[in-house]
Amino acid sequence: MPKVIKIKRGLDIKLKGKAKCEVVSVDNSGLFAIRPIDFPNVIAKLLLKEGDLVKVGSPIFYSKNDEQIKFCSPVSGTIKEIVRGDKRKLLEITIESDNLMEKVAPIDVSNLNADFIQKELMEKGYWPAIRQRPFHIIANPAEKPKAIFISGFDSAPLAPDYEFVFAQRISEIQRGIDIIAKLTEGKVHFSTHQVLNGKDSIFANLKNVEMHTFSGPHPSGNIGTQIHHIDPLNKGEAVWYINLSDVVNIGHFFTTGEVQYEKIIALCGSEVENPKYYKVTSGVSLAKISKPNPEVFTRMISGNVLTGSQISENGFLGFYDSQFTLIPEGNYYEFFGWIMPGFNKFSLSKTFFSWLTPNKEYALDSNYHGELRNFVVTGQYEKVFPWDIMPQQLIKSMIIKDFDQMEKLGILEVAEEDFALCEFICTSKMELQEIVRNSIDDFMKEMI
Amino acid sequence: MKIVRDLIDKVKPNFQKGGKLYFLHSTFDAFETFFFVPNHVTKKGAHIRDAIDLKRTMIFVVLAMVPALMFGIYNVGYQHYLSSGADVSFWEIALYGLMKVVPIIVVSYVTCLAVEFTAAQIKGHTINEGVLVTGMLIPLVMPPDIPLWMVAVASVFSIIFAKEVFGGTGMNFLNPALVARAFIFFAYPAEISGDKVWIAEKADAFSGATPLGLAASGNFEQLPDVQTMIIGLMPGSIGETSKIAILLGAIILLFTGIASARIMISAVIGLLSTGLLFNALGLNAFMEVPAYQHLLMGGFLFGAVFMATDPVSASQTPTGKIIYGFLIGFFTMMIRVVNPAYPEGTMLAILLMNVFAPLIDFYVVDSNIKRRLKRVKQVVKS
Repeated sequence: MPKVIKIKRGLDIKLKGKAKCEVVSVDNSGLFAIRPIDFPNVIAKLLLKEGDLVKVGSPIFYSKNDEQIKFCSPVSGTIKEIVRGDKRKLLEITIESDNLMEKVAPIDVSNLNADFIQKELMEKGYWPAIRQRPFHIIANPAEKPKAIFISGFDSAPLAPDYEFVFAQRISEIQRGIDIIAKLTEGKVHFSTHQVLNGKDSIFANLKNVEMHTFSGPHPSGNIGTQIHHIDPLNKGEAVWYINLSDVVNIGHFFTTGEVQYEKIIALCGSEVENPKYYKVTSGVSLAKISKPNPEVFTRMISGNVLTGSQISENGFLGFYDSQFTLIPEGNYYEFFGWIMPGFNKFSLSKTFFSWLTPNKEYALDSNYHGELRNFVVTGQYEKVFPWDIMPQQLIKSMIIKDFDQMEKLGILEVAEEDFALCEFICTSKMELQEIVRNSIDDFMKEMI
Repeated sequence: MKIVRDLIDKVKPNFQKGGKLYFLHSTFDAFETFFFVPNHVTKKGAHIRDAIDLKRTMIFVVLAMVPALMFGIYNVGYQHYLSSGADVSFWEIALYGLMKVVPIIVVSYVTCLAVEFTAAQIKGHTINEGVLVTGMLIPLVMPPDIPLWMVAVASVFSIIFAKEVFGGTGMNFLNPALVARAFIFFAYPAEISGDKVWIAEKADAFSGATPLGLAASGNFEQLPDVQTMIIGLMPGSIGETSKIAILLGAIILLFTGIASARIMISAVIGLLSTGLLFNALGLNAFMEVPAYQHLLMGGFLFGAVFMATDPVSASQTPTGKIIYGFLIGFFTMMIRVVNPAYPEGTMLAILLMNVFAPLIDFYVVDSNIKRRLKRVKQVVKS
């Protein structure tokens, strides 16, 4: 039995609307999109224009930083619209699928070396799936990482259950790992969550990886937490990581030579009538699988409630997301909310009487439950931040833009998602994820 | 509540940008959010948020002080009639206490809120809830006979010079309520020290000294027994006498997770261990007072539970909190026993440590940085 890494400081937010273990396949008609805004630090350079025909795997744009990194169409059809925001910033490129899934020419998989793998990953749009710390951006192909990390579970609220989703995909995962392992001279680390009922994880028999077992609440499934506890990042090093669903697609690609951008995603949240899993193609639109009740205000999220992005009812799945979450919008006033007993309020503190029912599932909404304040309370972030990093001090150094201090306090190790729980529990309602992301971006500029 | 909401919605446009009363928007905001948690929804970052906010936090601190306040009110009446020797009913005692204490609370709250509203109005920021706690703490650390104008002057001074000049709640480095007490202590010492002020309208023949006063003047044989000091039927500041009421408050604060257990516990350990050291040294009679009795005398427990734990002026790092608390206990004992000038040391010890808290944090953060750097060196070696 390998050593279990126990995460003690954290929080599982129990929400209503967990997806049932049932997968519905969805056809590939309708609109799909690829969203340049999903990729921090990428300036998109378009290769196609509206009306152009694409196949599955045709490059649509590339990154200005590295022209070899291409972003490809997940379906075949025509480019319908190129949506821009302020300052002509590219927001999303929508593709009208013809449902034929005509693919680009397959590759020869008989002779695989690291250079060929890297070139094909970049050419076929798989490279953006590989991200790196420091900075939580797409991996720099010119660097060699000291290790590659893959998480075998997702601990975020209502996240897909990997043990269910990937049960039939072990051989593709193994193939994907073998391919990815060629990109590093170091180890490939794979983490699973300790299973309570004594069963072995379905990933227990994977080869060519170093297995780790975690226990404890969210953020044990965050890749940053895992890196920090397995092989922490130091200055001058880089580590890479990749989501498991992308490992499957890469495994499939290098087995058959044919591109594939599939995902099994969860449609979940208290506003979903029948939450379950859907087998879709990357970039699918929410409208394809769900119609929210028009009579209630619904917050539609691509991703989980902590780190996901808000979308409209015709919005699309983000590149790194594997769930749509629908929760009620919280645009109501609450009479004397600061003194009411609050049996229905979820809080890490015990100032609401909901502490009487610790196992209750909540239908939380998007209300702030308060207003922005200065830092007053201390010691609360530490309760959900299981790192040897001082969260509040790091955030303060970010607020005053002290880059030297940020580096010393650990900005190279963290990403915005690592502060999502801190942001959730923050009494002063600080926008921590935004502070962290902006600071990382500024820090990168400062380094050049 | 529908009526209130409708009323607020009706007048709200006047206070919004472009409205003719926009300059009063801070004040309006304060009243609106007093009645209603706003309908703001998350725009970026986490889509759901913990139900707690600063209002709720501060209200719970005030709730935690209610037992001490209740007992304080009763004790003010009790001590008064004890000194005059009159035999009266519970209700008469309570009524007398109310008549003495409520005006102090009202004056404290009115002046604190007035300053806070004015400052918010001038700077255009929202009203900070910290003032709710300060407004309650100030009466509880006052002697019952304090002149009301003095409470007002001290409150104004402390809110302006201990808080607003630094940028309001969250930016101050001293606990405002303690600054208020220190202000009176140094500006009008006759009204807040000595034997005369701790019992309202005391009869002259009665001693009326607090346990610490007795100890400082060497009258150890007159110290009340332990039971009296725990229950709290003795002269002292309004909120500080009953250790049971303070412990109730501590339980509320710790159970809800609002106050730091590290600070409270390490402060008590600091006091007890310094006390034991003095007991062992035994250089004078004061040093021989058992350490645990120091816990029961004066305002130490009240200070450790409600004032040392003020998160803004305390140390902010986990390790720092332990050091900070311990030193509060240590300096309380030093000032009480070694320094002959002031009988009570808690107030000065906490203020002193408020000043040193950033320094403690600096070294704790620095040690974290060094530890993390060491990790790099290990990697380089191996």
